[in-house]
Amino acid sequence: MDTIDTSNLNRQFLFRDKDVGKSKSQTAADFVNDRVPGVEVTAHMCAIQEKDDAFYKSFNIVICGLDSVEARRWINSQLISLCERDESGEVDLSTMIPYIDGGTEGFKGQARVILPRMTSCYECTLDLLPPQVTYPMCTLASTPRLPEHCIEYVLEKTWSETSNKEDIGDDEKVDGDNPVHIKWIFAKASERANQFGIRGVTYRLTQGVVKHIIPAIASTNAIIASACTNEALKLATLCSSSMDDYMLYNGNEGIYTYTYRNEKRAACPVCGTPPPVQMTISPDTTVEQYRESLAEDPRFLFKNASLRMAGKTIYLPNVKMIEEATRPNLAKKMSELVPDGAELIVTDHRAYKGIAISVKISYKKE
Amino acid sequence: MIGFKQKKKLEQEQKTQQATASVTGIVSGGEVRKKGYEIRVQKDLDELEPKWSDNLKTENVDLLNHFTLTLSPDEGIWKNHAHVFDISVPDEYPIKPPKVLCKTKVYHPNIDQEGHICLNILREDWKPVLNLNAIFTGLHFLFLEPNPSDPLDTEAANVYEKDYDKFKRIANNYMRGNYSKY
Repeated sequence: MDTIDTSNLNRQFLFRDKDVGKSKSQTAADFVNDRVPGVEVTAHMCAIQEKDDAFYKSFNIVICGLDSVEARRWINSQLISLCERDESGEVDLSTMIPYIDGGTEGFKGQARVILPRMTSCYECTLDLLPPQVTYPMCTLASTPRLPEHCIEYVLEKTWSETSNKEDIGDDEKVDGDNPVHIKWIFAKASERANQFGIRGVTYRLTQGVVKHIIPAIASTNAIIASACTNEALKLATLCSSSMDDYMLYNGNEGIYTYTYRNEKRAACPVCGTPPPVQMTISPDTTVEQYRESLAEDPRFLFKNASLRMAGKTIYLPNVKMIEEATRPNLAKKMSELVPDGAELIVTDHRAYKGIAISVKISYKKE
Repeated sequence: MIGFKQKKKLEQEQKTQQATASVTGIVSGGEVRKKGYEIRVQKDLDELEPKWSDNLKTENVDLLNHFTLTLSPDEGIWKNHAHVFDISVPDEYPIKPPKVLCKTKVYHPNIDQEGHICLNILREDWKPVLNLNAIFTGLHFLFLEPNPSDPLDTEAANVYEKDYDKFKRIANNYMRGNYSKY
């Protein structure tokens, strides 16, 4: 789990030199407990997914300082699944836990307030996220244009293909904190950059690409953190109406900030009633291949999907006996089991708690 | 003209359907042929904790509306003794709770000799947000903390409160296949 690194100390003010190597959550909790009388902070060292419904139900407000889209999607669908409707379909306010989310990247930041089932949720606006920076393998291999392409190529290919790397064992995985590794990757990426006439491969950039470093700036973090605590105060005391419902902040050139309302998406798979997703696949696709494609498809990112259709279980991994009974299906072709135009129900508890996605399958020869 | 009662009934049915749709996430586009419980059971099974999912069986993996759970309590009087439960999921699940019967004969204040179980979340306190995890945890809890103040087998509850040693003896006899109550 997350421990304190020397490089955190310039901006994570609850930590001191003596804390390096200790648990972040525990150290931060201890610091606040010591500093602020009457406040009781409990630290938990685990993945957010490990906590159950009862744990999340015990809170009145959830404020998130998460560092990934996956984690935000998970907590969003978790809090929305806890929010009940009464028999007439109205939101039961006693089960609604407001979710405040903040995030920064360099001089830019954002904060938002999500009132489950009442305002737009994280999933409603998922398509507003900038595309993830991944480069197609063919670009990396044959037509690199950016210094990043050269570094990624070394990471993906050269590293595993080169044996007898100087001072590095053949089985060693890339460690972004090991300067020997970074130096080696930097040297190889520079060679490749020279070959293709690309400039700009530096040691710092190599480190940034390998460690997926997102620049963090204390002042931006402070602004976003205070926006989040402001909202928590307003929601807790009702002293003012809360943010409606999304604030962006840009400190790149001067200071710019704007607050607006994201609309709820009627077809949101988490808080709306979604129509079936259409998928066209080759009739030769096996169930196993189809499950792998769900892991890669950015609409799903389901790494361990359960697949069912009306009256038929295709594959269900979580229950031992059912997994054993449906395992032979993995090698079968989808078209043997799922008729053209049929609706498949896909779930993945780890990615999307409490959500089932309906997928309409059609076949087309490649 | 439809009569008032009929209209009321129709409205009620619509409401139930809407509630089902909002709980299961099914779009009621008129084309849904799958039964209401199916998606929800799939999600429940997906979320099941290993201690339940490793001990759950079904004779029909396609329907997924009938299960047997082998539950061996990890503490208390019935520790490590396998109890088999029969779980039937109605089409209206999760609006209606599953029907659960205990197939193993057991001497317990909240389980009678026919295997009926008195557990609040299986009847009066059932809510559609509850799931199979919650039910199995509830059943397990009955073995850890029997509740003699709200008994189903009043005689067993009486013995449990007045003569705990005798209760333990009889319960142990049951586990060995001796169903005498002395």
